[in-house]
Amino acid sequence: MQRSCTVVLKRGPARSSAGLLFSIFLLALLLLDCRPATALPAFARKYGMPCSSCHEAWPKLSPFGQQFKDNGYQMGNDRDAPIFQQAAYWPVTFRITPIWHRESTNKAQVDNSTFTGSTEAKVTTHGFDLSGLDFHTGGTLAKNFSFYVLPSSDPTASFHFESVWARMDNLAGSTWLNIKMGKFELDNLLSEKRILTLTSISGVYTNYHFQPVGEGYKFGIGDNQLGFEWMGHSKDDRTRISASLLSSNDGQVNLPTNRGYNGYFAASRAFEVGSLGLQRVGGFAYLGEAPTYFQFTNGGPGAGISGTGIGNKGFQRYGLIGMWYIKKFDITTIFFHSSDSPWLGTNTPATPGATLPLGAQSPKWNGGLFESHYNFNPQLILINRYELVRMSQQAFGSAAATPYPSNLGNADVLTFGFRYYPFISSRAGFAYHGEYATIWQKGVSPVTATDLTTSSLLFGFDFAF
Amino acid sequence: MLNIKKICLNVAVTLILPVAAMAQGGDQPAAKPSKHMESHIGNLTGHSEAGAQLYYRYCWGCHGARGNGDGENAPYVTPQPRNFVAATFKCRSTPTGTLPLDSDLFNTLTRGFNFTNMPSWAALTAQQRADLVAFIKTFSARWVAEKPGDPIPIPPEPKLTVESIKHGGELFQKLECWKCHGQEGRGDGPSASTLTDSNDQPIRPFNFASSNRSKCGRTNQDLYRIFMTGVDGTPMPSFADVVKPEDAWDLVHYLRTLQVNNASPELALWAGTKEGAAIINAKKVENTYTGSGVNP
Repeated sequence: MQRSCTVVLKRGPARSSAGLLFSIFLLALLLLDCRPATALPAFARKYGMPCSSCHEAWPKLSPFGQQFKDNGYQMGNDRDAPIFQQAAYWPVTFRITPIWHRESTNKAQVDNSTFTGSTEAKVTTHGFDLSGLDFHTGGTLAKNFSFYVLPSSDPTASFHFESVWARMDNLAGSTWLNIKMGKFELDNLLSEKRILTLTSISGVYTNYHFQPVGEGYKFGIGDNQLGFEWMGHSKDDRTRISASLLSSNDGQVNLPTNRGYNGYFAASRAFEVGSLGLQRVGGFAYLGEAPTYFQFTNGGPGAGISGTGIGNKGFQRYGLIGMWYIKKFDITTIFFHSSDSPWLGTNTPATPGATLPLGAQSPKWNGGLFESHYNFNPQLILINRYELVRMSQQAFGSAAATPYPSNLGNADVLTFGFRYYPFISSRAGFAYHGEYATIWQKGVSPVTATDLTTSSLLFGFDFAF
Repeated sequence: MLNIKKICLNVAVTLILPVAAMAQGGDQPAAKPSKHMESHIGNLTGHSEAGAQLYYRYCWGCHGARGNGDGENAPYVTPQPRNFVAATFKCRSTPTGTLPLDSDLFNTLTRGFNFTNMPSWAALTAQQRADLVAFIKTFSARWVAEKPGDPIPIPPEPKLTVESIKHGGELFQKLECWKCHGQEGRGDGPSASTLTDSNDQPIRPFNFASSNRSKCGRTNQDLYRIFMTGVDGTPMPSFADVVKPEDAWDLVHYLRTLQVNNASPELALWAGTKEGAAIINAKKVENTYTGSGVNP
């Protein structure tokens, strides 16, 4: 189900690239729904607990569910190992969502009336559809050995491995020593894989995937990554800290780009505030690099041989997060700051002796996310989210031959939704899902490079068993 | 001095009380449960209204919507979930047959029950756990009609000696603990297969060799408390009337030596003697790691 969830916002001066952008956008609409969210009735069946124990509203975890996950999918009652289950028990869950959705964009690239060129027009489509399909298998191999395997498909049943990892938990009897290797979601406190919204726009967090206009490399902090993670937490899970060493291939298998490594660090601390609930604050940093050209090509320039990417240049993503609870109401706030090397920002190969284009500089941007929920009860949750991204420095500054407008690529995303769970059990999950989302982007329409507005409306029956 | 009659009486009371309490919940209860209860744990005051929301999120799947232990998962859970209507609680600091303190229930929620489906709820805030305790008390009229018992005193632990371990071993024989728990403390005594709990479900005595975590805690004080309070709703009686405090501590020291796979000062001291080393080595089972976390 997880595909390229990257929100690549490219400028439209070159019509070919603008067309490509719009094609990608249309493809995204068709594929729809990037979330392989993890809500596992398989765990509920194993432990005989309702979904609402581990999930505030599935797939979003509650603090109890987060502790269960951090503890290696273990309750810690010496009944976690498979030997205590009936031999026939197999921890498998599937999830899929039949939907009706409406997608609309105000400036789609279309042929002009004489078929001699392109122009822009409002395009709207709607109908019944399907999301992709996730097969989750996860749990314990033995006490303190956990695993997760998630083959995930798009709506056409084309599968890939979204997650595959094994973890040694509580090494030396310490909750501070947990080692994981494989392909996994970064230790993001606001998990994109547990996102509560499903539309093509809000099925991902825009800030987790934003890249400035004109860049050629691909990275999203919301993408599952390949690597090695150390994670530690206090016994009550109030304090959490992790560090990861990752291949700089953005989670893609077969080493498609280079031989570099990235690092990701996250830490948070929760504290109790009377009857309000558990509040949590934290921060994260991703320090990465990406190649600017390939060492070897085969078939001409640009046809790089996988894994030979060189001319690596750096990029950084930083963030501060707060998760605030006021009884049934909660709001998550995140501040993002990001920057890329000017080589990556201008998509310039850093070959020996190469120089940057005139006026090239590091693209920098800031972002904000405000996601609030109101949990009427375990069966009904209202969702609202507002995200914004603001460029603070463009890759092509004022000294460039063609400087970028200062607001090029700026984005605002607004989402409203609800999920109603008609039953809560330990066997299966079902939700009526309704959602509306819209995104405004500056200067990225495919032909005229003006502002682009896109919206998505979705109703679905989201179920897992 | 061992008093078998008193032990039998305690066993009878332990098994009969829950049944009587359940019967009391029938046609003409002596008192009605209160819908509004509070709990008091240290500086915390829990409120049943807030606890209700938490109960119907986290607990009802096992303990049931009415708190009588008949949640949708109850048929698949062993041992069966606690029946809050009967208000018989295993882990107390109060004498057998009495209601527990709020702090006992709070500690149970925080700790969970090892070897059962009841997990630790330490991930909830202290206030939330206090609220849940208050709500649990709304299920039974006992919380209206009765007050919790007075906590049993726990005297300071005497110095650990080889003699205390040996004396504890003698008490283990005299009190006939072995009949249920087995001579090696593996929960396989001759009576083990016949035991049932207050739900008339088979129940296995604690296997000391498997873990150093009993249902009601893992410290020496917890073990001491279990002797003295008993585990209501199970065949484990209270020995408060038949065992002197110093004898109870000796028994605690001895029981630690049965946990041959869990390091403890008692085990180390016992292993340092020729007699103890021979016994421990004979009990240890090597090279059979099952990956379950429970020692063979």
